[in-house]
Amino acid sequence: MSAGRHDAIVIGSGVEELVAAARLASAGLGVLVLEAGDSVGGPAASGEVLPGFRIDPVFPDAGFLDPRALRDLALESHGLALLAPDPILAAPAESGEPLVLRRDLERTRASIAKRSARDADRWVAFAETMEAFAGILEEASIRPPVEPAGPLADLAPYLGLGKRVRALGRARMTELFRVLPLPVQDLLDDTFEDDLLKGALAAGAVRGIFQGPRSPGTAFVLLHHHVGNPAGVFGVRTVVRGGTGALVEALASAARERGVEIRSRAPVERILCEKGRATGTALTDGAEIAARAVLSGAGPARTFLEWTGTTWLDPDFVHAVRMIRFRGGSARVHLALSEAPRFEGLPDTPPGVIAIAPDPDSVERAYDDAKHGAFSARPVLEARIASIADPSLAPPGRHVMSVDVRFVPPGGSTGNGDGSSREAIGDRVIDLLEERAPNLPGAILGREVTLPSDLETRYGLTGGDPFQGELGLDQLLFMRPVPGWAGYRTPIAGLYLCGAGTHPAGAVTGASGRHAADAMIADRRRNR
Amino acid sequence: MVQKCNGGRLTLDAIRTTPFHSRTAPLVRGQGWRRWAGYVVPTSYDLIHELEYNAIRGTAALIDVTPLFKYRIRGPGAAPLLDRVVTRDVARCKVGRVLYTPWCDAEGKVLDDGTVTRLEEQDFRMTSAHPNLRWLHQNAIGFDVEIEDETEAIAALSLQGPAAREILMGIAEGESEADVEKLRFFRATAARLGGIAATVTRTGYTGDLGYEIWVANERAESLWDLLIDAGAAHGLLPTGLLAMDVARIEAGLLLIDVDYVSARHALIEQQKSSPFELGLGWTVAKEKAPFVGQRALEAERRRSPEWAFRGLVVDWDSLEALFGEVGLPPQLPSAAWRTSTPVYDAKGQVGYATSGCWSPLLKKYLALAHLIGTHAGPGTELELEMTVEHRRKRARATVVETPFFDPERKRA
Amino acid sequence: MQLSKTWDAIVIGGGHNGLVCAAYLARAGRDVLVLERRPLLGGAAVTEEVFSGFRFSVFSYVVSLLRPEIIRDLDLPGHGLHIIPLESTFNPLPDGDYLATWADADETRRELYRHSPRDADAMQEFGRLMQRMAMAVKPILGIEPPDPASWHPRDLLAMGRLGKHFRDLGARDLHALVKLMTMSSADYLGEWFESEALKAAKSASGIIGTFLGPRSPGTAYVLLHHYMGEIDGVFRAWGFARGGTGAVSEAIGSAARRFGAEIRTEAAVSRVLVEEGRAQGVVLESGEEIRARTVVSGLDPRRTFLELVERQELPDELLTAVERFRFRGSSGKVNLALSEPPNFTALPGNGPHLKGAMAIAPSVDYLERAYDDAKYGDFSRRPFLDIVMPSMIDPTMAPPGQHVMSIFVQYAPYHRKGGWDGRSREAFGDAVVDTLAEYAPNIRSAILHRQVITPADIEAVTGLSEGNIFQGELALSQLFFLRPAPAWADHRTPVRGYYQCGSGTHPGGGIMGASGRLASRAILADGPRR
Repeated sequence: MSAGRHDAIVIGSGVEELVAAARLASAGLGVLVLEAGDSVGGPAASGEVLPGFRIDPVFPDAGFLDPRALRDLALESHGLALLAPDPILAAPAESGEPLVLRRDLERTRASIAKRSARDADRWVAFAETMEAFAGILEEASIRPPVEPAGPLADLAPYLGLGKRVRALGRARMTELFRVLPLPVQDLLDDTFEDDLLKGALAAGAVRGIFQGPRSPGTAFVLLHHHVGNPAGVFGVRTVVRGGTGALVEALASAARERGVEIRSRAPVERILCEKGRATGTALTDGAEIAARAVLSGAGPARTFLEWTGTTWLDPDFVHAVRMIRFRGGSARVHLALSEAPRFEGLPDTPPGVIAIAPDPDSVERAYDDAKHGAFSARPVLEARIASIADPSLAPPGRHVMSVDVRFVPPGGSTGNGDGSSREAIGDRVIDLLEERAPNLPGAILGREVTLPSDLETRYGLTGGDPFQGELGLDQLLFMRPVPGWAGYRTPIAGLYLCGAGTHPAGAVTGASGRHAADAMIADRRRNR
Repeated sequence: MVQKCNGGRLTLDAIRTTPFHSRTAPLVRGQGWRRWAGYVVPTSYDLIHELEYNAIRGTAALIDVTPLFKYRIRGPGAAPLLDRVVTRDVARCKVGRVLYTPWCDAEGKVLDDGTVTRLEEQDFRMTSAHPNLRWLHQNAIGFDVEIEDETEAIAALSLQGPAAREILMGIAEGESEADVEKLRFFRATAARLGGIAATVTRTGYTGDLGYEIWVANERAESLWDLLIDAGAAHGLLPTGLLAMDVARIEAGLLLIDVDYVSARHALIEQQKSSPFELGLGWTVAKEKAPFVGQRALEAERRRSPEWAFRGLVVDWDSLEALFGEVGLPPQLPSAAWRTSTPVYDAKGQVGYATSGCWSPLLKKYLALAHLIGTHAGPGTELELEMTVEHRRKRARATVVETPFFDPERKRA
Repeated sequence: MQLSKTWDAIVIGGGHNGLVCAAYLARAGRDVLVLERRPLLGGAAVTEEVFSGFRFSVFSYVVSLLRPEIIRDLDLPGHGLHIIPLESTFNPLPDGDYLATWADADETRRELYRHSPRDADAMQEFGRLMQRMAMAVKPILGIEPPDPASWHPRDLLAMGRLGKHFRDLGARDLHALVKLMTMSSADYLGEWFESEALKAAKSASGIIGTFLGPRSPGTAYVLLHHYMGEIDGVFRAWGFARGGTGAVSEAIGSAARRFGAEIRTEAAVSRVLVEEGRAQGVVLESGEEIRARTVVSGLDPRRTFLELVERQELPDELLTAVERFRFRGSSGKVNLALSEPPNFTALPGNGPHLKGAMAIAPSVDYLERAYDDAKYGDFSRRPFLDIVMPSMIDPTMAPPGQHVMSIFVQYAPYHRKGGWDGRSREAFGDAVVDTLAEYAPNIRSAILHRQVITPADIEAVTGLSEGNIFQGELALSQLFFLRPAPAWADHRTPVRGYYQCGSGTHPGGGIMGASGRLASRAILADGPRR
């Protein structure tokens, strides 16, 4: 197949790209997937801290898996198994009772009540409201974006969304409009008084955005990461047995079954274009592969600024692509542990997220440091010991722990603009964790620190941003990846985009791959 | 207007003048000045501009055109960058040639127009009416070029009129004399003029035999003196903008902000024009490298543009009759006008004229007009609105191709 | 004055919006009484002779957006209003240079070119886009916000019209508008400009009156305010009123009186009389009761709903919304009486730059650090200063040869850790003078008198809750149909006959007068009794 012309080349073998490849193949297209790395998955592939200690190097979880992809590709039959860790979020306190959020709203309520009776009273209503709002975002995320100034007929699918917004009722509907642009801190202050609760929720609202909780738009980010979750389930999303890498393997298997060819160690050098139309790709080894259409999951910046060149692009489009904000402000610290860390006040090591953010101000101050170019003196941590819920990830009795660390200053070749070294960042994280889990330092068998610059060099994630574009209100929906080109098509005919850099920015995993494939299939039918 | 501060520290300190100011200012008898791109330049030197007009068409005129924006684009990517920006084919432009060209936004609407001179294989000078530095940089992403804004470093004089060649040859040294003599229309050459290194292009904004001379600011005054001395015997006259404006209308040459609105400055879509709508269809190269607006322009070429830009010649009898009705001889504008004026056919408005003048040479009342395509055929009889003794009237006018005046010497 | 008289309408608060509302009602033939707590009219738009011979626009100091239709309708020039445009801006920089903009476009271009040739080009295009954006937003400012949750045909129609308005902008302008409404001013300007000084100078205008920094999303759209004036045919958007901002209030008050309104000062209202869910008048702090068929509050939403009427008169959702409505005053004022003008190191002497707006905003990072200080409860050690010297243009403001300087200062958080007292007030004043002295060292010796106003002072004197100059933050969550609360953004309230007309209502903010005018229209549309 590789000798002749392919119907479609898919660049990248992450989740979105594989969902797209499988869907294209199901529609009868001959599909070639090109992966730059050694193994399938790109940034979503599994890694190891030490032999036998498996981790997800980039993504802390699998997001909310598009139920349509699960069903269409029968992923269970390809070995996919989902886990539901509980408790979902734990926040050890400096003093006093820790906070433990569970899937069961009543049990969560009881935990909160130990810290604040008032907050406990408000928890269920808050959780339900957030779930309802996330449901609206889900509704917008599972369909392709539409251009609001485009033809009226195109807006028809969004009537359903309008109806759902209306169905919220007056109070919730107007509250939704109020909350979307709100700073998450204001949202939390409106409802709660307990700093630990507010800090733990605020920590999750600055994931994917380089802002502090006092910045407008962060309430939206909280909701964005809540899409697909049941009421009250903050912090953890879909957890796959074997890690996110196992999801990639299931998808690859489903894709291959449909005839997709996946080639690894095949880094792309250029996307070939003729007369404004994509005609294939050139690899770094010089090989040129012809195709009727190309789908890139590598994000808008790499695709257009590195691979296509600007010849066929308008200067305004190029400017818009260059202006996309990529501000990966998170580092990850992965640990191989001889024993599970014991957090003070928590009888068992929780399987969900362990948040170290004693109050919203601590999150804000962590942001302040990085905003001015330094690694946070006291970074915000979201840790998970994945081997608690999934012992297969580590040798018997041993554990793996991954910590999301915010904030490191974006940009810079090392990702640590203050000059602090990779290991200094790792040490600071361990020190902070030790304050809550004194046995941790002694249990460390191995550690790996991943900086935003690593994400850029290893996986080509521009700016070290795993979301391929900050989750700012101006970079969403019909504005993502750039205004006017949100529909997975590009100014170059036959070239398509998928991935978190496109709508819905990872809110629903697999959605962009599906929509991009559909756009390509539709164009093919119309012979475009 | 705020008071001018002394001391020269403020950037608002002085009215901006060109490097020729020390020479031009004493000659401006009527103190008629106009702002042009931040500079002040004479509207006319004498109290009336007719003498200067006659110099353009009869002897030679010397016009300070320094305020033009000038960009130097050098490097291996220079030709590809310019090819990406302008509508004409730069790749096929040989060294020593000058292209007149518009450039467009992605929708194919004209942003500006000017000239591109290929000084060397990888060295170009671009001139424009508006600033374009940012636009060039925005387009230059991925190109190996150096872009230099030489607007404030290079002075420019336009030497126009039947005697222009002789005057220039008179001051050209050595081989330059021959270079000037054989310099063809829209060609450029390096030349030594009385010890001054200059670039000479056979270009201008009058539609006559003429040259534009580009020198470093420091040599500006010497160049002026040299030309004035050499031109004395040929009737060379320092000439202001008013006379040039009449000449450019006779030549059918566009003026930005008057005859069209840059797409960059338009507030609404209707204010924008494509090259086709400005009579510049010939500048949109058919087979060339991709350029900004190409897709839209190719589509427009296929469907034929909505508007055309044409000349109108007002019917003298009709004009005489309109004024005759109120007992007056025809009142003719002494300078060119720039007020948008409706054009009608029997059923209603079919366009608008954007500039017009009385041509002293042709003895015709001329206008440049945007006309709906179906009413733009040469020979079409239309009516131009005219105010006669405070009342709106319509004078008969005929659509013609521009230029209105096209002497053989221009290209010869 | 008949005590038993029942007025057609009582307006609570003689601020500019209250006066505008009263003037329009009186013009329509209503019998109107304005009640002002202070001895002088104007609320935060007052001129006072704080020090003998030195007159200050004590709080609000520039007139930016006073609606031209109000100036026309009320014939304010006939009542003495003369707004003189500020023709330049001047920002001294730490490296001894400065960034200025002048009235003339060519001169401004030249100045910008000095800092960045590309930015000089960009500024013209940016201006053009802002003008189009201002055109896109302007119709929104002039309408009552529809209620998006309502099924009433009037609201549905208005929503439909809004949708059409935005769609008619076309994709390109609509996208630009979305960016402008949601981005931080630093990011937005970063897409256009490269000069740090220019980005800082412009982004400073995006943070005025907010408790956000230039890198916080939601600060970009304030950039539009500078361009709103141009589409209204006003030569320059910003200016002073001759005689100070108090002259604006005086002119509107005079117009209202001419139309027959009565204005009482030193008449503080303690509560609104409500009987059977309908406003019947007001009770003054003196105990005096004045009856009226309509009562209009020009006070901020907190006072309008939580102080003037009993909670049981209002639905819970409204109470919750108003309790959540954010004020967070973030700015203070320092008014200086000067023996001589400041002598800026960057541009010494008595130049034209002193007649325009001057600002200390040298970099985006400087502004952001100023915000950082305030976030955790203190005033900025090195604050953003927005300075004007009205006496340069209007010599009546100060004794001959001497000057008044008005310094708007940000950030000074209302919720200062430890609160505000005499000592912290003076420390705040010192920080301001120290900051200015870094750029104009003669300022210290030139100061004859100094008045320092903290947000707590603003609240105490003008009654603006938490000292917020806009009667509530101008944040996306508090605009349009959310200002001040869902379902009650049309200047009406759940209490029949009780209306709201302050800047805490749509469109709010600045000395615009639009809220007062819209409220008057709502009242007149409802007829004599609603």
